[in-house]
Amino acid sequence: MKTILEYQEQFKKQEITPLSLLERSLANINPSLNAYITVTEEFARKELKKDKEGKLKGIPIAIKDNINIKGIPTTCASNVLKGFVPPFSATVIERIEKNGGIFTGKTNLDEFGMGSSTERSFYGPTKNPFDPTKVPGGSSGGSAVAVASGSAVISLGSDTGGSVRQPASYCGLVGLKPTYGRVSRYGLVAFGSSLDQIGIIGRNAEDVEIMLEVIAGYDPKDSTSSDKEVDDYHNLEKRPKNIKIGIPEEYFKQIDSEVYSSVMEIKKALEKENITFKSVSLPTTNYIIPTYQVISYAEASSNLARYDGVRYGLREKGEDFHDTIRKSRDKGFLPEVKRRILVGTFVLSSEAIAEYYERADLIRRLITEEFNEVLKGVDCLLTPATPTTAFPIGERTDDSIRMHVPDRLTAGANLAGIPAVVAPAGMIGKLPIGYQLIGRPFDEKNLLSIVRLVEKIAPFKWFLKEDKNG
Amino acid sequence: MAEYKPTIGIEVHAQLKANTKLFCGCPVSFGADANTNVCSICLGLPGVLPSLNKKAVELAVKAGLALNCTIHRESIFARKNYFYPDLPKGYQITQYRFPIATSGKILVEGREIRIKRVHLEEESAKSIHQEDKSLVDYNRSGIPLIEIVTEPDIDSPDMAVAYLKTLQKILQSQHISGAVMARAEFRCEPNISVSKKEGVLGTRTEVKNLNSFKAVKNSLTSEIKRQIEILRSGGVVEQATIHYSEETGKTWKARTKEESSDYRYFPEPDLPPLIISQEWIDEIKSTVGELPAKKIERYIGLGIAEAEAKIISNSAKASRLLEKTLEIINEPIEVSKWILRDYKNLEEPDISAENFAEMIKMVLSGKISRNAAAEVLKEMVETKKTPKQIVEEKNLVQISDSGALEKVLLEVFKENPDELTRLKKGEKKLTGFFVGQAMKKTKGKADPKEVSRLISEYEKKY
Repeated sequence: MKTILEYQEQFKKQEITPLSLLERSLANINPSLNAYITVTEEFARKELKKDKEGKLKGIPIAIKDNINIKGIPTTCASNVLKGFVPPFSATVIERIEKNGGIFTGKTNLDEFGMGSSTERSFYGPTKNPFDPTKVPGGSSGGSAVAVASGSAVISLGSDTGGSVRQPASYCGLVGLKPTYGRVSRYGLVAFGSSLDQIGIIGRNAEDVEIMLEVIAGYDPKDSTSSDKEVDDYHNLEKRPKNIKIGIPEEYFKQIDSEVYSSVMEIKKALEKENITFKSVSLPTTNYIIPTYQVISYAEASSNLARYDGVRYGLREKGEDFHDTIRKSRDKGFLPEVKRRILVGTFVLSSEAIAEYYERADLIRRLITEEFNEVLKGVDCLLTPATPTTAFPIGERTDDSIRMHVPDRLTAGANLAGIPAVVAPAGMIGKLPIGYQLIGRPFDEKNLLSIVRLVEKIAPFKWFLKEDKNG
Repeated sequence: MAEYKPTIGIEVHAQLKANTKLFCGCPVSFGADANTNVCSICLGLPGVLPSLNKKAVELAVKAGLALNCTIHRESIFARKNYFYPDLPKGYQITQYRFPIATSGKILVEGREIRIKRVHLEEESAKSIHQEDKSLVDYNRSGIPLIEIVTEPDIDSPDMAVAYLKTLQKILQSQHISGAVMARAEFRCEPNISVSKKEGVLGTRTEVKNLNSFKAVKNSLTSEIKRQIEILRSGGVVEQATIHYSEETGKTWKARTKEESSDYRYFPEPDLPPLIISQEWIDEIKSTVGELPAKKIERYIGLGIAEAEAKIISNSAKASRLLEKTLEIINEPIEVSKWILRDYKNLEEPDISAENFAEMIKMVLSGKISRNAAAEVLKEMVETKKTPKQIVEEKNLVQISDSGALEKVLLEVFKENPDELTRLKKGEKKLTGFFVGQAMKKTKGKADPKEVSRLISEYEKKY
């Protein structure tokens, strides 16, 4: 188990080469886990030959297949994008390439990011490497599995309601959803534009910090990106003292008792490090799921309107334009996406908008204010990442309401636009479980330094087996 | 029985004079090959985001200022959702509840037309329907537009046309929009209702696909008639979209299916609220030139007749010549007459105000005759010489000397004995004839006033 810096040290000492690391990573791809939609071996070998220097030099990186890489198909795990090859790369991809990062492939997801299990993919479900009968979480399940199973050192996902953090919890990884606007969304295929944020899944806090330094920062192509200066995340000299962490009581209800105990172990360990804890309350927590659903579905119904078969992607023959689009979309989308488009269309319709979309928008503001208020008194919040460990494949595919249950713990950070990180809290049986830290806007550095501290004092038995790269 | 009165409001879409599209860097040009001015953004490919064009915002603010609107320091973009092949994202980015400018007014033929709102939005692409297929040209997709909406302050088809012409002039004179109708840079959609009761509006219909002012006038006239006929026969006007045929001059109702749309507007999450600083508004304000109505008013104030003031203010060149010339000689009425008659007849050539003023001065001082001056002007345009040079070279100095003129007159009398006899018998109208003959003989140099004075003196002798 090596970190980015350790691999690069090995490159310097010529113990390994970027090519040998790439080859070992590609060899770790386990087709039965179905983490990848497209493996970009040829592309990666070509990139390696350019021998670029940078913070990610020679590091194999997996990319969720809703982030464009120029010349490589983007599927969003949907049949509707059949044959679509983007003529441009996402800003994050350009930044990684400039820093010498090497792409292993495009990873599986729930279609357009809509799901919590990576089962709702046109390309079939991805499986959890700790137990292949379990889901890896979602929607960035492929990116989590790629890292957990050693085919990539680090990966990018996208997080609209928890899609980076929830699979990180189920796969024993560190998953960061940065502050809204910290990372450019240009080139990320939109699901819920006001909630979407590109996130990072890595094995440890340090790797995530290095990746964040590369991808964060203002992008003129994304008007919602922030021009706030990017922190030196990886430099730990200025670690804050007298940290106070809030424990929001609402987040510890409706969760498994073992999950509760795991997070409490983290709390105890941190208390020994002179970090103080304070009980806090976020009464709007119970409104998170409905608010998240209304807003994300509404935006999705509009964002996905462009898939009409006119310019690219799947086109079914119809009698006229409207018939063609109806047939193309009917064949192109899976049931969950259709369900969300239908609900999203309804909540924006003139008869329903006041009752649903506008009300949700108002509650979203209350949720945001509540977070900001509570975060005035504490540096961040400690919560469980998921109510349970990974659930069995097939258990919730017909139950959209149950599928949304984990969102209660994660989607609040998306609604409020604040950063949140999930990191390992130990194992429950043979499955990992994570804890979550939710912080103030642009406070990624402090969140990650707390994760580093937990890694150092590791109150639980480290569980990840030495991978073949070791 | 009371008459039915029409109430009309108009929506105008004007293409802004920006070099690039509203949300991407693609060039805006007319007549380019199909699908050459396109990129990932204006094609709405998966993953793209819009970046707002600053120039378009500036022009929209300028339009708001030129239409005497309140400019909103914060406005919000919204998505208007509907499916159509010429709409690549499945929604149009526009402004809905919070437009960039509201509550303006302009003067049209002395009457105030209130402007409800001005907002920014992107153009859709162009569909070309062929027999067995439809083609789409995305060059237009994303071109910056402003939509200008009036209050229902217009009460006749003629007034509607007058409003549109005034608006077009404002947009053109302020360099906000080329506003050429034939290029679809200026499109209008009037809505109309008729009612007998003051202050009570009937059900309105919206007229689409109007490509000329004539079409606006004819379609509205036809639609007013159609609505009145329905009401007279006891029917009910239905809210509808109305189509107009240029060939038949007739309007008809579109099938209701075509318009049963719910656009599901909601704030565009990809663009933060548009914040405009007061400093920038002030800066833009300083670039707004004088509006046509103001200019006419000012010309009238100088003593120029209203009809003449309107004609001159309609032309940027004529207005400029008038104003520059008046800086040299303060004779507004005289200068405007020269501009209206001779300058306009020559199709507004490029001449310097200095020369023009000098020429008029020569007329006013009696140095050259009006006829000679017309010749000087022509010569000025052709040779670019000064009036002084031309007058000298062509020997055009007016003959006012009575001795010389008498000599000319005697010759003319001699050549026209019959007319002379009739003049002597008291036929006054022959004075004009002899003045004309004298002018002809002197090639226009004779001072006509002096000539007629001499003729009447001559008459008295007999």
